[in-house]
Amino acid sequence: MTKVCVLIEASQGSVRDSVLGALAAASGDVAGLVLDGQADAYKEMLAGYGVNELINLGDGSLLDQPQAAGAALAKAVEESGSQALLGVATPWAADLLARAAVALKAPLALDCLSLDLAGKTLTKSHFSGKATAAFKLPEKVFVCGLRPNSLDPVERGVDCAVSQMDVAGLDGQGIQVTKREEAAAGTRDLTEAQVIISGGRPMGSSDNFKLLEDCAVLMNAAVGASRAAVDAGYADHAMQVGQTGKIVSPKLYIACGLSGSVQHCAGMKTSKVIVAVNTDKDAPIFTKSDYGIIGDLFEVVPELTKALEG
Amino acid sequence: MRIYVCVKQVPDTAANIKLVDGTGYDPQVKYVANPYDEYGVEEAVKLVEGAGEGEVVAVCLGNDGADNSLRSIMAMGAHRSILVESDAQFIDPVQTARELAKAIKDDCGGTPDLVFTGKQSVDSEGMQTPYWLGAELGLPVVNQISGLEIDGTTATAQRELGSGVTETLSLSLPCVIGATKGLNEPRYPKLPAIMKAKKKKIDRVAPAAEAFDGFELAGMEPVAERSQARILEGETAQVVAELVNILKTEEKVI
Repeated sequence: MTKVCVLIEASQGSVRDSVLGALAAASGDVAGLVLDGQADAYKEMLAGYGVNELINLGDGSLLDQPQAAGAALAKAVEESGSQALLGVATPWAADLLARAAVALKAPLALDCLSLDLAGKTLTKSHFSGKATAAFKLPEKVFVCGLRPNSLDPVERGVDCAVSQMDVAGLDGQGIQVTKREEAAAGTRDLTEAQVIISGGRPMGSSDNFKLLEDCAVLMNAAVGASRAAVDAGYADHAMQVGQTGKIVSPKLYIACGLSGSVQHCAGMKTSKVIVAVNTDKDAPIFTKSDYGIIGDLFEVVPELTKALEG
Repeated sequence: MRIYVCVKQVPDTAANIKLVDGTGYDPQVKYVANPYDEYGVEEAVKLVEGAGEGEVVAVCLGNDGADNSLRSIMAMGAHRSILVESDAQFIDPVQTARELAKAIKDDCGGTPDLVFTGKQSVDSEGMQTPYWLGAELGLPVVNQISGLEIDGTTATAQRELGSGVTETLSLSLPCVIGATKGLNEPRYPKLPAIMKAKKKKIDRVAPAAEAFDGFELAGMEPVAERSQARILEGETAQVVAELVNILKTEEKVI
């Protein structure tokens, strides 16, 4: 029987949706590793997705010590005799998975598009999304972070027990989180969103991004932006999708006034459905989308908002 | 202060990549310095300029062609470069970190004051070299850093997690910092700086680090590109209604 550990990422007291996708890649005996000390609260829900055991790595104090948290993950993998540590490659989890891999001296693959434990392969993006590379899994412990939304959750009901691991004395190398500024209420995470509506330079101002937000709310969508819109100061760089921004993989990506640069598309081409709105019928984005509307976003987006309200 | 910046040469993100022989690609494309590494270079150069003393040394594991990338980095203000010569494009990140760490240790004769890398390369997209480099050098690492202040021997760094959460981290120098967008605006070198960079030194050293048994590349395939969108035509209200209908009933994505 194989045994794997999965890093359980939670936010404000609930397990993040994308973790369920990572659990779908796990098989055999699955131990969920919890850093906020709230395993009891997550037990019932995660038992429905194949988690046999939840291990609290301390009481939450490691959340502010990433290096010690990575060492704790490594310790849990070793103590449980697991063959792999899995997780979702969000910025938070990717950092911890990397620290754990170094502590384990284990090969690490981040932002993977698929993982097949039985077939012993994984795939990940190469050349800014232009190629998919397949790798053979090694015959030793490894660490794998999956791109959020790359796998659909699979329900698999099991019994789940909660245990506690002692994390005293792990070396944090003096790296300490001293401040954490939460996003404004209602901000949806780009990398996890199932629907994203993005604006390019033609948005013209930060005020105009409100148009996208009004529409986004009705689809439970996150709002993204192109590099040009970010560099022009219309949108915060946390909103940037693409090469130097976030890599996203939603079910629906609506590109408003985006030209369709290689760099932008590298960040969103694995979306299931892409819709483009642009006044220029020759814009490259129309060759990189599934559906296109040749028109002014300032007319199309309010109309879309109206249609979704109705 | 002597600051090391790790630089990888990568195919231009706009280049067409032709895959050959299952696991390789046609290397006859335009190469550039990895865009994320430029944020590290800019930060290092700014720190030395601000201090009025010090040296920025670029370190690269790559082939002869990497000279061009290193010249562009030196045009941004790096003082000299070390090129660990290797012809392979896909080198295991652990191996890469070992080569870079060895070059840095040999050059500074011990522990460096500060090391920058980019948060990831845009070709193999590994996202991990800074962590292995930190381990090889025995230094703490923070990655995906979009804001940095250095006060004496303390670094205060910002990173953005998902959903707009910003974390501030504190750690002691020396350390390894993985840079990303937001940290600064990398400068576009002007002609005099470009000319001056041609005269700067590139030391060549042979790879010497121990190999690492990691993931074995089994194959690469081009990603199927979309070809042409289905264009919805008509009055705005009509096409939007059609789109909403498609998204709800055919695609089932909203």
